[in-house]
Amino acid sequence: MAQIIIRNLRKDFGAFTAVQSSTFTIEDGEFFMLLGPSGCGKTTTLRMIAGLELPSSGEIFIDGEEVSQKPASQRDIAFVFQMFALYPHMNVRRNISYPLISQGMPRAQVREKVAEVAAILGIEDLLDRPVGGLSGGDRQRVALGRAIVRDPACFLMDEPLGALDAEFRERMAEELRALHDRMGATTIYVTHDQLEAMQMGDKIVVMNHGVVEQFGTPQDIYDWPATLFVANFIGSPPMNALRFEGAVGPGQDSVMLGDAAVAIPALRAQANGALVLGVRPEHVHPDDSAPYRGRVTATEYLGTTQIVSFDTPNGPLKARLPSSVPVAVGTTTGLRFDARKLSLFDGSSGHALVSEANAGVLQHG
Amino acid sequence: MSAVSVTVPSRRQKWIAGTVVIIYALVTIMPLLWIIATGFKTPSDAISYPPKVIFQPSLEGYVNLFTTRSRVAPDTLAALGEPTTWYDRIVRQYDMVITGPSRYGARFLNSVIIGFGSTFLSVFLGTIAAYAFSRFKVPLKDDLMFFVLSTRMMPPIAVAIPIFLMYRQLGLSDTHLGMILLYTAVNLSLSVWLLKGFIDEIPVEYEEAALIDGYTRFQAFVKVVLPQAATGIASTAIFCLIFAWNEYAFAVLLTSGIAQTAPPFIPTIIGTGGKDWPAVAAGATLFLLPVMVFTILLRRHLLRGITFGAVRK
Repeated sequence: MAQIIIRNLRKDFGAFTAVQSSTFTIEDGEFFMLLGPSGCGKTTTLRMIAGLELPSSGEIFIDGEEVSQKPASQRDIAFVFQMFALYPHMNVRRNISYPLISQGMPRAQVREKVAEVAAILGIEDLLDRPVGGLSGGDRQRVALGRAIVRDPACFLMDEPLGALDAEFRERMAEELRALHDRMGATTIYVTHDQLEAMQMGDKIVVMNHGVVEQFGTPQDIYDWPATLFVANFIGSPPMNALRFEGAVGPGQDSVMLGDAAVAIPALRAQANGALVLGVRPEHVHPDDSAPYRGRVTATEYLGTTQIVSFDTPNGPLKARLPSSVPVAVGTTTGLRFDARKLSLFDGSSGHALVSEANAGVLQHG
Repeated sequence: MSAVSVTVPSRRQKWIAGTVVIIYALVTIMPLLWIIATGFKTPSDAISYPPKVIFQPSLEGYVNLFTTRSRVAPDTLAALGEPTTWYDRIVRQYDMVITGPSRYGARFLNSVIIGFGSTFLSVFLGTIAAYAFSRFKVPLKDDLMFFVLSTRMMPPIAVAIPIFLMYRQLGLSDTHLGMILLYTAVNLSLSVWLLKGFIDEIPVEYEEAALIDGYTRFQAFVKVVLPQAATGIASTAIFCLIFAWNEYAFAVLLTSGIAQTAPPFIPTIIGTGGKDWPAVAAGATLFLLPVMVFTILLRRHLLRGITFGAVRK
């Protein structure tokens, strides 16, 4: 089990920079998510930690040892591939025991260890089957078995649920999380699915275009996004972005959207020009007495809640309301925002402005 | 595997398809059967007109193929007494005696050494080269691959004269090594291209998994890539062997004695003592066997090789 420190990690493929200057720390025993859209550099980062790619510059510490230029076989890590990569010419038992054979472990001990792992994963009855005929979930379990059988310093998983169908993903996600909690091994998990990341991760790194956008717990990232990209990427529907022009300074605790004053957490930074007010859909409440107005353009019924789309002077806005609230398309209503939960972004750089509310989160982000 | 909708053929369609296939098979197998049959005819049956389909089988062709004989005077023949073996008996009918073995055996062995030797070398080098082209960042990769292919853009025999002169200078004329190198050079482009295709289809994750499981790149190649590429290696080997086995023009040009292969030898039988068609046919029949056996042994792989990619999950 190990702590992993990534420092100024960079990878160039010719003229293309896949990862630029990533720095973050993964604590011992953490379930750590690398989240981002495809092509953001998350898989490249994982492959560099694994030793399947060598970084152009930067350092990787696994348990205090700098390993960035070492081959994969010397790093004591296990990797679960998206397509599982089970050796097709071997049966399940051979697949799981393969990493142990390379260590020169005696046969009897290998057998014992494989049986133990098979029992953990509930695949004892599959051991002598060829991997060809296995279902997606069973392949996934065998791949996990091959990873956990050698008690590595950490597990690296590259979208391990990506190849499974939706129904099965949910179950496998639970199994994975339970397995992690039981073994307590440091796990780095790559995904493009923000729900998966929020649901399973202890910590999340959000990446975009090779840059770390934000690093923190799921709740911090959801509540206090550091950039407009994170605000838009996390949450479904994403955070509303109300664009306006203005000037703000330290101590200011409201902004003017047109003629309406909207209260915000007291700022500690200043900015002027293009600004963006970020509002999570669940923090929008219809209130006829509120000065800020919006016209209902559509509603989506989701059972306990409904998503209501508004047209406002600062662009479209979505609200998550209880299904019991009556809303009629075409009507105009006042909108009140939850003042303690708002973020203000610099419209040109995309960075969140530091306020009383998000200062604690943004400091290490 | 993508689902393709296929309607089950009706009994009539199956019957028609079967008939067409059988007729085609008969047409293509006819020359082969004719050669095999001729090998078991007597010389007079072999050239009789109209051709004899039903005939008294004889091993004369095979005896003539493996022996050298000479004609002797009747009184000398009488002095030898009764023939002691079945092949002596066949030869005596023509007032001849066996004077020794022919060179067919040695030529056949040359074919085996050169054919299988060059096949092994082509596939061995081809696999390594294809792996490198498929997996590593080779500078000018596409240009090199094109260069490899370009060696086959003219018929190899077009460079026969330079090769003939080079071989004479290097002392490679009429040597086993020379012929193995030549056939390997000709086959290598085919083998690199075919094998690169097969290795490209093997997901790189298998090797990465092996690397992470603690194996070196070479161990991963041997233990994970080679078993996966077996199909491709087998079909490539068949193609290489068929070429090297059947090659005639270079063999005529570059070999005469020590390293002569069977293809240039078989026609020379015609020149020694009348047109001995049964002996030629017998030589050709025996010559077919190794390639046939090799192909049948690897047939399962060959079929999978042809449909590779279509049946992957």
